[in-house]
Amino acid sequence: MIALLAAPTFIDSLLLKLFSEQTVNYVIWPFIQIGLVIVITTGWVAYATYLERKISAFMQARLGPMRVGPWGLLQPIADGLKLLTKEDFVPENADRWIFFVAPYIAVVAAFIVMAVVPFGPDWAVITDVNIGVLFVLAVSSVGVLALILAGWSSNSKYALLGALRSSAQMVSYEVSMGLAIIGALMFARTLSLSGVVGAQASNSIWFFFYQPIGFVIFLISGIAENNRAPFDLPEAESELVAGFHTEYSGFRWSLFFMAEYAAMVVVTAVATTLYLGGWYFPFVYKLETAGFHNIYVALSVFVFLAKAGLLLYLYFWLRWTLPRFRYDQLMDLGWKWMLPAALINIVVTAIGVTLIQGLDGWGGMHTIKSITDGLALTLSGKAIAIVFGFGNLLLTAGILSLINWRSRDFNLKKQRRKIRLVDLPKGKPAVAPVASETV
Amino acid sequence: MHQVEIATTRQSLMDAPEMTLNMGPQHPSTHGVLRVILKLDGETVIDLDCDVGYLHRGMEKIAENRMYTMIAPYWDRLDYIAAVSNGLVWVETVEQMMGLDVPRRAHYIRTILTELNRIASHLLWLGTHALDIGAITILLWAFREREEILKIFERQFGARLTCHAWRVGGMPNDAYDDFAGDVKRFVDNFPNRLDEYETVLSENRIWLSRTVGIGVISGEEAIAIGLSGPALRGSGVAWDIRKARPYAAYAEMDFDVPLGENGDTYDRYLVRMEEMRQSRRIVKQALENLPDGPVNAKVPKLLKPPIGDYYHSIEGPKGEIGCYLVSDGTQQPWRVHVRPPSFINLQALKQMSIGHLVADVVAIIGTLDIVLGEIDR
Repeated sequence: MIALLAAPTFIDSLLLKLFSEQTVNYVIWPFIQIGLVIVITTGWVAYATYLERKISAFMQARLGPMRVGPWGLLQPIADGLKLLTKEDFVPENADRWIFFVAPYIAVVAAFIVMAVVPFGPDWAVITDVNIGVLFVLAVSSVGVLALILAGWSSNSKYALLGALRSSAQMVSYEVSMGLAIIGALMFARTLSLSGVVGAQASNSIWFFFYQPIGFVIFLISGIAENNRAPFDLPEAESELVAGFHTEYSGFRWSLFFMAEYAAMVVVTAVATTLYLGGWYFPFVYKLETAGFHNIYVALSVFVFLAKAGLLLYLYFWLRWTLPRFRYDQLMDLGWKWMLPAALINIVVTAIGVTLIQGLDGWGGMHTIKSITDGLALTLSGKAIAIVFGFGNLLLTAGILSLINWRSRDFNLKKQRRKIRLVDLPKGKPAVAPVASETV
Repeated sequence: MHQVEIATTRQSLMDAPEMTLNMGPQHPSTHGVLRVILKLDGETVIDLDCDVGYLHRGMEKIAENRMYTMIAPYWDRLDYIAAVSNGLVWVETVEQMMGLDVPRRAHYIRTILTELNRIASHLLWLGTHALDIGAITILLWAFREREEILKIFERQFGARLTCHAWRVGGMPNDAYDDFAGDVKRFVDNFPNRLDEYETVLSENRIWLSRTVGIGVISGEEAIAIGLSGPALRGSGVAWDIRKARPYAAYAEMDFDVPLGENGDTYDRYLVRMEEMRQSRRIVKQALENLPDGPVNAKVPKLLKPPIGDYYHSIEGPKGEIGCYLVSDGTQQPWRVHVRPPSFINLQALKQMSIGHLVADVVAIIGTLDIVLGEIDR
């Protein structure tokens, strides 16, 4: 393990013998990082499918994949090989060019976001863009384009309906997703994803505690944006057969599949970064001060993957337990619940942050440590922020109830009725059981 | 209760023509080879037509050229999910035409097994209906319990799905050795499992919003169409052939009939869930009072019912399954007609679906609980 972690230094010295320092730093290393991230993400995606199948099997009282390799561990590889060798079928009147290109857009849009996700400190980040959050939102919304193009070019009504649904769904949930992030950014004071993690690390707190509502909205919108159950309307198999990828088969279908899982990984990674402290874990930092830099980075990456993995488990859990929303109900949830909640969250957070700043130095109170590297709060400042965050839950619940109390779906549990049990009078038997056994 | 009326605009939006969508015959949730032609405005259904017959086997015509005993296996393949119930209609009709005295024990075992079959059929309905609405896990849970019933069937009849269960005049053989034990084990275990399903669905917010107020049909309309079974009782009409014209040993059983109020998908769901509990109750009673004795009446070698026609129906899992039989006094019937509950229940689809969305059509097909083997015959 230690030898492996010493490898970067070794490779670095080796590369420096071959190329100039600038080439090594700005060309060779990024390529190695990109390659690593693609390999790791693909592996993650592949084994996410395996995990999903195992977890669903566990929930459904069965075993899941067991035949390929021990405990079916080689199943994703077998699946991949199968999909690669399948016929690449194109429907007769399809728009061939767009039909071919659409899956690539999906997969590229999903994978490219990985470039800015901080998997860990130092060398575990490919690029630290100073507008990382915007980059994530912008690029992941390009993914919608792939769905629309795929649905349109297939020349199939099911695919078209699926594409229309997905475009409407993604556009409406992106709004609340973008708004939900703003609350966390008010504390981070930067758009760089590494900066957000840094703000949480230097503050020794997860933004989840400041922003419980923001976290929930982000997750729900993320699930909706990924078209995962219970929001998997674009590919609702019971209505639209397979939605926008009805006509796809073989490798191109697997690209869509990979894009879906990669997008899930991205959303969980961003949620971890923004709300769960990213790679930050309380005691791991001591390794850095003790001088084990590479071990510290590797452990941080592990922490990050573990947190994101837990959120991924939530995805699976929801998918295998909840029924599917209907299209209009999904829109209701997006526009009448998520969006107002996100707006309320922004307003309340803004008031909270202003209050904390105003209280600093007022009556001997000391709420803010520094404002340079994120909003670093003292203990009392943190307490105020947390109270605001969780108090916001009540406020949001109240306002949302006010907005929605007239809608049909507001209090369905109250609408739940009991059925009557009636003992009907017995009629004349059509067949009278014979009293005597006559044989 | 606030109920939102979904506006049905005949005038299409933005000059876009109405879209005609063929749902089926190859479609995951039309429960077989049903073809539904939907006329859509956006996703709202403005018109709908069913095309059936993809599974037509000409069973009624075939029956005219078979002897009475030979027709029975064809009945098992009508509603292939409830082969045991179907078989019972046929043998009871012939028994009544012949005036045979079927022993009590046979009646009791028939009652137990048809009720188990009702539970199996309802479990399959529950699984597929939930699957249509998107809850996947319930399907596998329901199949787990159905498996127990199918194991009992396999031991008793030698087949799991298309069991040829009965003979005219009784049963091919008595219940197998550990029949009572197997049934009792199932009966004891089942309520817990049913409660488990209810915890996942009955109060689930999404499930409620997908089923409450969907596919509403009033009691009068239901009677006018001729709905039967849970689809009729979900609309609050108190009609159960097991009570009204008891057959087998139902006259001696004590059970309640669940009735819905609003006639929507949710009520039908609750009615079927409660029916499973009542079925369990019947099975338990029948098992406790299971009489001894022979299981076969004295039946002539050649069945030649007297000239005349006869109608007999039972309460199948899907509704009233009936047999209209015309005999000309020979070994073969002159005419056999099936009163198929699924076919008649399907007629309500149009009325229930118009104005709803495509997703609701799927839910409504699920709630009608149709089986194409019986619709197409």
